[in-house]
Amino acid sequence: MKKLWRLFLAFARVGVMTFGGGYAMIPILEREIVDRHGWASNEELMDYYAVGQCTPGVIAVNTATFIGYKTAGIPGGIAATLGVIFPSVVIITLIAGVLTHFADIPAVQSAFAAIRVCVCVLIFNAVLKLWKGAVKDKGALLLFLVVFVLSIFLDISPVFYVILCALAGILFTRWGVRGK
Amino acid sequence: MILLRLFWEFFKTGLFAVGGGMATLPFLYSIAERTGWFTAAQLADMIAVGESTPGPIGVNMATYVGFTTAGVPGAIIATLGLVTPSVIIILIIARVLQQFRQNKLVDAAFYGLRPCSIGLIAAAGLLVVKVAMLHTDLYFETGKLLELFNWKALALAAVLVVLTRFVKRTKKLHPIVFILGSALVGVVFAF
Repeated sequence: MKKLWRLFLAFARVGVMTFGGGYAMIPILEREIVDRHGWASNEELMDYYAVGQCTPGVIAVNTATFIGYKTAGIPGGIAATLGVIFPSVVIITLIAGVLTHFADIPAVQSAFAAIRVCVCVLIFNAVLKLWKGAVKDKGALLLFLVVFVLSIFLDISPVFYVILCALAGILFTRWGVRGK
Repeated sequence: MILLRLFWEFFKTGLFAVGGGMATLPFLYSIAERTGWFTAAQLADMIAVGESTPGPIGVNMATYVGFTTAGVPGAIIATLGLVTPSVIIILIIARVLQQFRQNKLVDAAFYGLRPCSIGLIAAAGLLVVKVAMLHTDLYFETGKLLELFNWKALALAAVLVVLTRFVKRTKKLHPIVFILGSALVGVVFAF
């Protein structure tokens, strides 16, 4: 029980200190998991993070579940996951509650109109960053273009694209299209 | 009932969003379109808040959407819905980690999934562009191409692209700096 509580607290700290997620999280994970508690080595941590990246869902959550499970079984996985999401739920709920009261003020509306422009640029940068690791040959480029164009013009759930592209990835690899 | 539906929508998002926080974006747009729980503009604001507050962005967005839709219970249920598939999948995979990482089929599926995820995020990004930088209503009314563009917004976007991609001293800064800077510009120049 004590261990579960410590997992919860350790990952709540990771949650509080992670802004945005992704790679920014790694040094914080290292400090909490490797240095402070010794639950995993640096190498194991990178392995868990790599698996967190290539399974569905939020990477921070996947990594937390993984380390929690390795440390204290299934209850550990759940405790770590609840820990990593706890600060978000509290902080965002408070902010969202406050913002709804100020949403009608003209200055706030102006601020958010400009923030939306910034969000466009952030998404653009995220796409370019992901692009480097993912679109390395013609097959991948084809899949990107098909998904991009179709999802602009058609009103289909993203779920279909995800399933079809997983199949396409398997077929392209089998047919030897990959890497060309 | 709305709580059950929230849980289900976010369960799907957690199960099919591959590639981290931003990958949840296309799913959230799809939820907005189908349910009308929130608008595209609200979603753009949520991204900004999610990026500027502690916590993984994907989790923050789920909490925010849940709160907007059904208050505090909604915030909790949506977030739990998002992480449930992760927990189940990781618990299964943790036992067979080595086999999973080296599995050719898994590797081949991800070869297809990564460009898919980027395509979906890019298309969702265009929807934010439409909200933030275009006056589509005004354009359809007047038919003048010059009035389609929100020039102030385009100018800000150009400056931000330069600062986040080309200027050495600023491109490593955390997104929160650019978000707060944009907010200030928005107030000063009455966006």
